[in-house]
This record gives sequence, structure tokens and C-alpha cells, in this order.
Amino acid sequence: MLHIPLLRKGEPYKSLDVVRVPHHGMGEVFVEISQANGGLIRRDLLDQETGREALSKFSCAELLEICSCAAESFMNDALAVGDDLQMPEDYVRQVSATTGLPHVLVRNNMRKIRGVLAEMKHVLDGLTRNLDVQILDKGFGEIEGQALSFFPRTQSLGVVLPSNSPGVHSLWVPAVGLKIPLVLKPGGAEPWTPYRIIQALIRAGAPREAFSFYPTDHAGAGEILRGCGRGMIFGDTASTGVWKDDGRIEVHGPGYSKIVIGEDCIGEWEKYLDVMIASIVENGGRSCINASGIWVPSHGREIAEALAVRLAQITPRAAEDDHAQLAPFANARIAESISQNIDTALMQSGARDVTASYRDGNRLVKWRNSSYLLPTIVLCNEASHPLANREFLFPFASVVEVEQDAIPDALGASLVVTAITSDSKLVRRLVSSPHVDRLNLGAIPTNVISWNQPHEGNLFDHLYARRAFQQV
Amino acid sequence: MTNQVQTTRPRKSLDAWVREIIHWHFDPATGCPFWLDHAKSLSWDPRREIKGFEDLSRFGFFQDEWLRGGDVRRWVPRGFTDKPVYVFETGGSTGVPKSRISIEDFRIDYEAFSKTLPDEAFPFGADWLSLGPTGPRRLRLAVEHLAQYRRGICFMVDLDPRWVIKLIRMNQPKMAEEYKQHVVEQGLTLLRAHDNIRCLFTTPKLLEALCEKVSLKKLGITGVFCGGTEMTPQFHRFAVEELLDGIYFAPTYGNTLMGLAVHKPFIPEDNYAIIYYPPLPRAMIEVVNPDDPEQIVGYGETGRVRLTTLTREFFMPRFLERDEAEREPPCSLYPWDGVRNVRPFSKLQTAVVEGVY
Repeated sequence: MLHIPLLRKGEPYKSLDVVRVPHHGMGEVFVEISQANGGLIRRDLLDQETGREALSKFSCAELLEICSCAAESFMNDALAVGDDLQMPEDYVRQVSATTGLPHVLVRNNMRKIRGVLAEMKHVLDGLTRNLDVQILDKGFGEIEGQALSFFPRTQSLGVVLPSNSPGVHSLWVPAVGLKIPLVLKPGGAEPWTPYRIIQALIRAGAPREAFSFYPTDHAGAGEILRGCGRGMIFGDTASTGVWKDDGRIEVHGPGYSKIVIGEDCIGEWEKYLDVMIASIVENGGRSCINASGIWVPSHGREIAEALAVRLAQITPRAAEDDHAQLAPFANARIAESISQNIDTALMQSGARDVTASYRDGNRLVKWRNSSYLLPTIVLCNEASHPLANREFLFPFASVVEVEQDAIPDALGASLVVTAITSDSKLVRRLVSSPHVDRLNLGAIPTNVISWNQPHEGNLFDHLYARRAFQQV
Repeated sequence: MTNQVQTTRPRKSLDAWVREIIHWHFDPATGCPFWLDHAKSLSWDPRREIKGFEDLSRFGFFQDEWLRGGDVRRWVPRGFTDKPVYVFETGGSTGVPKSRISIEDFRIDYEAFSKTLPDEAFPFGADWLSLGPTGPRRLRLAVEHLAQYRRGICFMVDLDPRWVIKLIRMNQPKMAEEYKQHVVEQGLTLLRAHDNIRCLFTTPKLLEALCEKVSLKKLGITGVFCGGTEMTPQFHRFAVEELLDGIYFAPTYGNTLMGLAVHKPFIPEDNYAIIYYPPLPRAMIEVVNPDDPEQIVGYGETGRVRLTTLTREFFMPRFLERDEAEREPPCSLYPWDGVRNVRPFSKLQTAVVEGVY
């Protein structure tokens, strides 16, 4: 059976504790994953200098070149997965097997990751605001007569990863270019992508000591975040809540991303239907950057009906089908629970499942032994309705009709806001809102993002601090 | 393996011991009020009809709630009326703790266990450090007695596992970590200050934490007796390969209700599986089908742990523990059934906070 080991500073280690992950549809065990015990993680993290020293031997420019080579290797080469070799198509099939993600969506995410690796210089330029990265090699330097010095806040970056979508791995990869070793805890159903990225980087010449990979349980994840000077965690509010006040940890929780259409553009709402559909549906609606809300000052009912008509045409297809847009749930009980939550909230007046009128049967369907949630549009009369600001792991969005002046305050925390408006007051209020993490002005789908922009925090600022510096 | 091990004699001894214990507990002159009252509700006489271990099935299953609250004196056998009585409690991670009285059992169990410890690793006359659960748990007195029985003196550091469980439930992992470090620092102070401490009792997590700070070998420790919570094969391997630098490692499985099981000495073929054998005839561990706990599973098969305690102080027939394990065949050292890789019973796991200290 395929076995994925731990990587302890790059060295494979087969644990006696294993988790057997089933194929999402067929149910039989697909892969066995070594599990790291908490003590092993703690012990390994006593020495974080080795990884840092190994990376420090390379200049940033050399590391950017390595990332660039790794991009091609990730996309095209046979790379190690445990004792086996993994071709790119094996990777696609394996990610799909344990997460349910259709092959076409896995390939889209592969290209996304390839792009970040290949364009790492551009990404770092964005994150560092065009800092000459030689300054990171030396620790200090001068730009336009200004003395600059940066120091790393940590010897390694610990990352607790999700299983929802491979694209998320684009967020931690720039740490390699910034010379910070990685300590990764993969999502339970998606060890494939971080393992393959690591193998691609090692193949391209990165020092293996810079990569630790610890599939582990909740307690083990805590050891990683406590043991590393800086960390990132992805997950729902319940799993990330304990870290939200810890400044060392960047919390990537639900996105609650939204599209806002101003009064000046709402009369032409039909022009933006494709942007809304793409924002809700792409990547199976599984990303924090998928829109879960369409906030409008009027025409809410018409927009909801139009979205519902289009979304009701989306049905389950085989994983191998290039037109597949929906991902089944690897755990059928999660799908049942989500659907029940929505139905329970709909019992409260002021909201209606508009898609229900356009689809045959229930939201929750069983197709070829797998559970799917069909796209769902809910029309909410008030921003205070429990479904007005919710996010689920499938194409779901609420259309919320609210007076324009009330929209900026009513949105709440939102990872991405696409504002389709030229109204200067509305734009100004969104620009100055502390609750909007990424702002798109114009009809840009919420899921189209530039990796050289900060995402729930700027990775460079997270990993480095500037010190005062003088030299004679 | 079963065929090569002589199991007949231990079985006969067990059956004889069962008859002796039943007579003691159901004799109005020596039995405890609980069992004497229970006998009145039976339509049969245990002293006449229990001829051996298998006949204990006539009692059905020992009920968990019998030990949770109520007059603890109903468990004190009349035959021990004049003896000083201890009361020990289980972990307390599942509501009102179970209470069990004890008089000499903990001493007897640990003296028997002492015979299984290699003298070169746990030298007679060496002092001990006990770094683990104290309070109402029998471990606190038992480990100290073990040290004294081996002519050592036992240094103690308190750990309140119920507070740790509470911190975890309150979502305060940082505070739990600080408490652990507080305990570990006290242990280190003692280890550094007392050269004659050669033997250590501690829990898996505290052992890891100690070894993150120091080399126990350099501090003179020669034997580690480890228990108190679940231990996995991976932990066993990690301890042997990475924590202990060749220090003898004695993993144990015990609890307030049963006593102390003995570990099978490490051999590479077992691949770090943690294999325990009960202290026959004073206790018996069986592995049963969780859906039909009358049925013993086959060797190597997984099931729920069923405990039977057979001492003059405490009679507990067929108690379904909150653990699961694989049934292990007898071995030459312990020619009776054992258990492999005991861990929390998976069907109950959501209700139990386990292994946090």
C-alpha cells in the first residue's frame, strides 16, 4: 500500500502510528499516512537552527532560481511519494481520491502552485514592496540613501494546513524564498500537495533540512504552532479560535468573501452575472476566496433568481470529467450536517432557498456512492438573518438586500470584497474598512487573486522585522 | 505460540483462587456488605455454584456506577474490619470518580511487580523520583512503596491530572503546558540535587518533557517505569530510540480497579507493541467483542477490555473497561492471556479526555 512518511528535516521516517485514509467514493483504504507523536515534534523543534543554517547558505537569488526550477518539477516530473514515484497524473488522481476534488480542479490548482513557484521573484517583490532581496542575504543595506536592516522573527514557519483545496499551499511557499524553513502539518485528507512541493524543491536543489512534514493530530498541530516562532493555521472558527490572540500565529479562517454592487451599477446587474457565478462556483466553491454573499441595495430577488437558474444546471459529474464543477464530500456526514444547518436556518422567516424551485429534488444528493451538495442561493431580506453571512464548503451564496449606506458596516469581516461601483463614498468607506482584507474595485471575480499581495497578513512582515541600523 | 506454552497449571490455580475468593466475599463473617446484599438478590448461592473462573459469568457484568458515590464502607470486607482502610479514585475524567477501597492490595501488587524489574536497571538501595499523578490515586502510595520495598527512598512531585483535564476542556492549552513545565522543573531540581536517584516513575508526556531538557542517562537514571496513561507503540519506539539512551524502559498498564499489569520484555519481533499480562490470579484481563461482551475475541483480534479483580479486599467480576486492545496469546514468562496496545475504547472516545498528562 502507498505509504506517506513523516519528513524530519527532510529525512523520511515511517511511524508506527498510521492513519489509513479511504477513497472518498469507494470507501476502501487508499493511502496509509505516518503520524507524528507530539513528543517527536517537540524534540525535533529543539533544533531549528540546522534548517535555517542550511537555507542561509543560499542567497535569496539562488533560492528564487530553485523555486523556478521546482515549478517545472512540480508540474512535470516523477517525484517521490514515500517509497513510490508519483507522476503528475498520479498526483491528480491521488488528490481527487482522498478529497473528492475533480481532476480538472486539481489541475487548475496545480497550475496555480506552479505559477507561484515560477513567479516567486514577482511574489516577493509584492510582499516586500520591491525590497532588494540581497538585503536579506546580508541583513542590512541601503536603498536610495536609506539604511535598511531586517532580521528574521523566527527560525522556522509552522503551518497547520487544511484539506479543502491545493491552491492554499501557494500561501506558505514564499517562505522558502525568504530563507525560512518550513514545518508543515498537512490536512488529514490532503498530504499530497505539500509533500510534492517539498519534493520538487529538494529536486531543484533546496536543502532537505529546511523541510519538516508532520501529519499528526490536533495536539500535534498545537506542538508545531507552540514550537515555531511564527505560524499559520487554516481552519474553521472552532479550530483556530484558540490562536486568534496570539500575534505569532496568522489565522486563516472562513473567508466570508462577498460581491457588493453599488446603486450606480445595480441597474446593469445582468452584466455581472458571470462574475458572480465564477466567484461562487469555481474550485467547487471550496475556497475562502469563493463568494458566499452578494450584497446589493436593490434587485435582490431578480439576481437571486438569475443565479439560481444558472446554478441549478450544475450537477455532479465523474471525477475525470473535464466539465466537473462540484466536489463530493469525502465524509458524507459533513454534507448531511451542512444541509441540515441550512434547512434549520431557513425555518427562520426572512430567507428563502431560491435554487430549490429550479432543481429536481434535494440539495443533498447521492451520486455514484458519493454525497454532493448542489449549489444553493438563498435570498435574505435582512443582513441579520442567520444565513446572510455564512460560508459552506460548496457553492453557496446569500443574496442580501441592504441599503447602500448600511452595506460597509453590515458586511462584517470579509477576506475578499469585490466592489462593483464607482460611487466615491461607497469606495471610500470600503477602502477605509478594517474588516476588508482584500479589495477588488471593479468586476473582478473574488477568486482571482494576485499572490504578490498580502493575504490575511503579509508573509514578509510576519517573518521579518525591520530594525534601526547605522554604520560608519 | 499458544501450543508451546503450558497454560493448564495457571488455569487450575486461577480456578482454585476464584473459589477461595468467592468463599471469602460471600461468607457473612468475612464478606463486604455490598456482595452479601447482592447475594440476597440471587436465586443461587455463589459459594456452592462458582467452581472456577468461567462460572463468574453468572454474575453478569460489574456495573460502573456501583463504584461512583454511595457509602464506601459497603465495600470493606468484614474480615478486615480492624484494618486501616485507604480509598483510591480513578482518574475522574468521566464525571464522579469511581472509588475503590484498599488495605494491602497496592503493596502486594507492587511487591509482585518488583520481582519483574531487572535489578541492574532498578538497583536495590537506589532512590526514586515519582513524577506523576498523586492526590487520591493509588499510584502515589504504590510507587513510594515500590521504592521502599526495594530499599529506596521516593521523592515525590505532585501532578493533578484533573486540573490538566479541566484546562484542556477550558481550551487553555498554554496554561496546561505551563503547568506541565512547573511539574517538570520540580522534577529536574530533585534529579540534580540528589545523586542517589537512579529510578524514575513518570507518565509518557512528562517523560518526553523531561528528556527535552536533560539527558536522564547523564543524570544517573538507570530505569524508567512509565505508566498512568495510554501508551502507543510509536511512543514506545520513540522513548527507546530517542529519549532514553539505553536506559531500561518498563511500560505499564494499571488502574485503581485492577492493580498493575506486567509488560512483556522488549523483543524486536514485537515491533514496539506494548504487551501486558495481568497479575494472575489476582486479576484477569480478557478481550471481548464490544457488541457481545460475553464473547472473547480470537488471538490478535481487537475488542473491549474486560477486567476481573480477585483479591480478598476487592472482588470485581467482569468489568467492561473504557479501553480496547488486541488479545495476546500466552508467552513462556506469562502463560496466560495478555493484551496488546491498550488504548481508549474508540466507541467512547468522544466522551473521554485521555492521555493529557
